[in-house]
Amino acid sequence: MDLLWQTAINAMYAASYMALIAVGLVMIFGVMGVINFAHGELYMVGAYCVVFLYAHEKFPFFLAVAAGLIFVGIVGLVMERAMFRPLRDNPLGGLIASIGFLLILQTLAVLGFGRRMGHVPPATQGKIEIFGAILTYQRLFVIVAAILLLAALWAFLKRSKFGWALRACAQDAEAAALQGISMNQTARVAMFIGAALAGVAGALTAPLVSPTPYIGHSIIVTAFIIIIVGGIGSLEGAVIAAVLYAFVHTFVTTFFDGVIANIVGLALMLAVLVVRPTGLFGAKERA
Amino acid sequence: MPEPAGAANPENSVWRIAGRLKLVFLFAALAVLPYLLSYSQQEIAVLLVVNVLLVCSYRLMTLTGEWSLGHVVIMGVGAYASALLSKRLGMPVPVSMLAGGIVAAGTSAILSFPLFRMKGFYFLIGSFAAGEIIRLIWKRFTDPFGGPKGLKRIDAFPDIDTGFLSIDFYEPVNYYFLALVVVSASLFVLYRIERSRIGLTFHAIHWQDRLAESVGVDTFRYRTLAFVIASFFAGIAGGLYGHYVGAVNPTRFGVDQMVYVLVWAIVGGTATFHGPILGVVVLTVINEIVLRGLGLDTVRPLIYGAILILSVLYLPDGLESVGPRLRAWVQRRRAGPAAAGGGAA
Repeated sequence: MDLLWQTAINAMYAASYMALIAVGLVMIFGVMGVINFAHGELYMVGAYCVVFLYAHEKFPFFLAVAAGLIFVGIVGLVMERAMFRPLRDNPLGGLIASIGFLLILQTLAVLGFGRRMGHVPPATQGKIEIFGAILTYQRLFVIVAAILLLAALWAFLKRSKFGWALRACAQDAEAAALQGISMNQTARVAMFIGAALAGVAGALTAPLVSPTPYIGHSIIVTAFIIIIVGGIGSLEGAVIAAVLYAFVHTFVTTFFDGVIANIVGLALMLAVLVVRPTGLFGAKERA
Repeated sequence: MPEPAGAANPENSVWRIAGRLKLVFLFAALAVLPYLLSYSQQEIAVLLVVNVLLVCSYRLMTLTGEWSLGHVVIMGVGAYASALLSKRLGMPVPVSMLAGGIVAAGTSAILSFPLFRMKGFYFLIGSFAAGEIIRLIWKRFTDPFGGPKGLKRIDAFPDIDTGFLSIDFYEPVNYYFLALVVVSASLFVLYRIERSRIGLTFHAIHWQDRLAESVGVDTFRYRTLAFVIASFFAGIAGGLYGHYVGAVNPTRFGVDQMVYVLVWAIVGGTATFHGPILGVVVLTVINEIVLRGLGLDTVRPLIYGAILILSVLYLPDGLESVGPRLRAWVQRRRAGPAAAGGGAA
């Protein structure tokens, strides 16, 4: 029973950072119509911001996280301007360009920090006990940050005027443009938010995962599974699928092993693709 | 396709002979090539020939308009199958290579049931997932796949020794010729398939799948057929690779390698048969000769990435479009002054 409860707590932590990553990926897809293959590398860049600023330069942890958020957001803006804007009519081209960008970010990380794992000491040793299960503060930060950020994003999208514009763009870019919504402006904002969410996930989890330049690979696989299961254009679907996947993955890892968990996750995704290619919460006609 | 002028043209046969001559020259050059290279460059030449088959088989699959991210894993299926069949069951290597191709084709025939319920992005990601599952199975099940370390000491291609003639396939030069023969034969088959009715149907499905369906083409079946044929030749390429290098592991068939295949196809262009070949040859030469020569080993992925982005942005039709574009430019230049001169007179 204890093990079950502890595993559930671990799954909640996993769900938090996975949701941040997947929601970012969905934002980018929703507004720009391009699958960002370099999303895992944005996570990696966020993690290395903490490796550099916090572990090497001894800045406070949260300052390093904030810097990671902003820096990765700016990387996102660069991607939008240099690749996705010129390739707006060519989604496959955008995807392929993002694969090129992934290689560039990976190589830069290798050049800057080497191939080995970056070691990041935990920001605090503190932990709390919830009904017998242990939750370190480090993991708690991730859960709290995910809830706050996603709530803020939700409020922004549903309540602010710009959020309306953004959602209008995601639904029908041409109609939105006819209403005087600037496509470039919304694409910039979506890209900044999407990239920054991946970056902050990487920054917050850096002390827990020991990042390597190649960590993005497992991240993007996870993110793909989540957005497919959740329905590729749906933000709510991404959050729900992240929770679902995190629980399945964490429980299978605990009771079998990590590789089996990955196989189960991928098989789950294939099953969803076969039964309901639009995902559990996706729009009907996207195929 | 700009076919040479119609059958009524008396020059037609001349063009044909010229085309054949070109092919003869090409093969003559390929036969001389290994003797001009150093030992390590000969080894690269062998892998290059194998990669030509890989990328050309990939192109056959893209004819139907679907881009897979699992093609390198399918190549790996061929390599693993051929290695295991020769190692465990004592199958002679040439037979096991063929069997590897058949296993690869069979694997994709099974995968086509879930995968071809999807199109476009969904297919892309679905094929990626299917490939990852296969790779994880290789990693997880040490018996018989050898786990993360993979298979080692794979049987080499048997020597030919007739007393009069003896060929040792440990020598890269000899393996190069073996690969050249196998790959040329495969490319010939791929070329004939594309020019056949089946190939035309692939094109039809790519550009007008609903229309093709409405005139009675079973698009699912033809997509599967393209996938299976492409996978067979990818499997053959895998066999050629495995028995040459002597070791295979899951990392060797990872997504990074798939990225390289994508880059070759995209940079070369996929509208013509020779486009991907152009891509793989040019990029391999740049990669191995120029970058390795300059000692830029760590930044190679970065340069590959930059080339990929730049070619998507500025050369969306690939290297294959450079020749025709240049020709058009030269013609315009030639026509330009003449027209201007005519106007002045």
